[in-house]
Amino acid sequence: MSSKFPVILPLGAPLRRQAGGLPTLRLAPWHGVALASIILLSSAAANAATGGPIHASVLAILARWTPLLLRGFGLNILISFLSMAIGTVLGAFLGLGLITPSRPLRGASWAITQFFRNAPWLVLLFFMIFLLPFHIHVGTVTINLPSWLKAVIGLALPVMANVAEIVRGGVRSIHPGQWEAAESLGFTRRQQLWLIILPQSVKRMLPPWMNLYAILTTSTTLASIVGVNEVVSLAGQVLAAEGSKPYLLAPIYAYVLLMFFVYTYPIAWATQRLERRYHVRN
Amino acid sequence: MAPQPLVVIDNLHKSFGHVEVIKGVSMTVAKGEVACIIGPSGSGKSTLIRCVNALVPFEVGSIKVLGIEVNDPKLDKLKLRKHVGMVFQQYNLFPHRTALQNVMMAPIQVLKRPKKEVEAEAYALLKKVRLEGKEHSYPGELSGGQQQRVAIARSLAMKPDLMLFDEVTAALDPETVGEVLLTIRQLAEEGMTCILVTHEMGFAREVANEVYFTDKGVIVEQGPPSEFFSAPRDPRTKAFLSQIL
Repeated sequence: MSSKFPVILPLGAPLRRQAGGLPTLRLAPWHGVALASIILLSSAAANAATGGPIHASVLAILARWTPLLLRGFGLNILISFLSMAIGTVLGAFLGLGLITPSRPLRGASWAITQFFRNAPWLVLLFFMIFLLPFHIHVGTVTINLPSWLKAVIGLALPVMANVAEIVRGGVRSIHPGQWEAAESLGFTRRQQLWLIILPQSVKRMLPPWMNLYAILTTSTTLASIVGVNEVVSLAGQVLAAEGSKPYLLAPIYAYVLLMFFVYTYPIAWATQRLERRYHVRN
Repeated sequence: MAPQPLVVIDNLHKSFGHVEVIKGVSMTVAKGEVACIIGPSGSGKSTLIRCVNALVPFEVGSIKVLGIEVNDPKLDKLKLRKHVGMVFQQYNLFPHRTALQNVMMAPIQVLKRPKKEVEAEAYALLKKVRLEGKEHSYPGELSGGQQQRVAIARSLAMKPDLMLFDEVTAALDPETVGEVLLTIRQLAEEGMTCILVTHEMGFAREVANEVYFTDKGVIVEQGPPSEFFSAPRDPRTKAFLSQIL
C-alpha cells in the first residue's frame, strides 16, 4: 500500500531501525537445552576418562561452588541494574536533546551520542576504571569508588547513548501528522511532545530498550577484565581452586552461560512478543 | 453592503527550496462563505491552506485572518489558531486518547478551561457529528468516516471562526464519504466560514459560494459554482473538469 496510509503501515520497520547498531537478542529454549547438555555430556565424559567416582563428579563440583558463583552473578545483575538506571535517565535527556529544535543543543547531543554509541564498550570501561579516582571527597565526606561501581559508570555511558537513540527513533516513528494536528490545535511545542508524541512513542521504545538491557546484562562480564569479582572472574578462580583440570573448563563456563540464559531468556522472549504485538496492531 | 472579509490573501508566494509552489495567489473569503479550492495534484492547494494557519511559513505576500497578519515574525500563533480549525486528510487523531478525550484535550490544555464545562461541550459536539455512543472508543476502533468526524468535532471544540479542510474525504472509503460531507454541509449551513481543498466536485457545486481552480501555483479561474461548472472559461479548467466529471 502507499505510504499515504500511515495507520496501516507496519510498525516493525521503524522498530527494527530503532534498535540501531545493536543486534536483537534472539534466544530460543533450545539454547538452554544445549547448554545443559554440554554440562551433562562433558561431566559424563570426564567421569569416564578419569575412571569414574574416584574423583568427585563434575556435577558435585558445580553444586559445591554454586553459592559462590551465584553471588558473583548477583553482582552482574546489580551492575546491569544500576548501569541501566543511570544510562536510561541520562539517555532520556540526551534523546530529547537529539530532537530539540535548537541547533547547537542538537549538534552537541548528536556528537555525544555518536561517540558513546560507536566506542567499544570495553574501552569505555577501561577509561572509567583508570580515570575515576578511588575516593571522591565531597567536603568532609569521602566516598569510596570500588571497581564494580566504576564499571557501573563505564557501562552506563554506552547505555546512555543507545537509550538516546531509542528515544529519538521512537519519536521519529510517530507520523508527522500528529505534530501538525497538535500544532494546529494550538498546543505549544512542549505540550505536543509530552502530551501527544511521547505517550505514543514510549510503547514503541519498550522493546528495543528491553533488548538493550539483555545485551547490557551479558556485557557486564566485561567487568571481569578490569578486576571486578563478578561471575566470570569467580569461575576462573573456581577453576584454579579445583586444580585447573582441563575437563572442568567446558562445564564451568557452560554453567555460567546457563545462568545468563535463564536470566535473559524471559526478557528476550517478552521483547519479541511485544515487538510482534505492535507489529500486528496499529 | 458586502459581507466583512474574514480571510484576505494577497499575492502569496511560497517556495520549497528552489521550487516555487505558490506563485502569487490572492483571494478573499467573507464571513460565512464556503470557498472550495480544486485543481490537479501538486498545484499547491494543500500548501495554500497550510499557510493560512501558519503550519507552513511563507516569506512573500500577506494573509490576514480576522485582521491578524500571519506573515509576521512576531505572530502569536496561539492567538491565530484559536480562530482557525483544521481537519486533515489522514484525520491525525491522537490514537492514545478516546474520541471524547481527543475533543477535550485542546480546550483544557491550550485554553485552560474547566474540565466539567469542556466535557459537556465535547459530548454535545460528538452528538452533533452523530457519534453518540462512540465517546469512549479509541480512534483505532472507529471507521475512517467516524474518525474524520471526531477530527471535525475536535477542531470545533476550539470554537474557531474559520475551518480549513484539507482533502478530508480523500482517504475515506466511498461509503463513508457521505457522512463526512453531510457534517461539513451542516457546518456550512450554520454559517461557519470554510475553506475546503477537495476533489468532490458534486459537493463543491452544492455547498460552495465560490470555487477556485488552481494549477501550477496560480488561481486559473474562480467563480460561483453555477457559472464555474456549467461554463468554465479557461481551457485548463475545461480540460480538468472534463477529466473529473
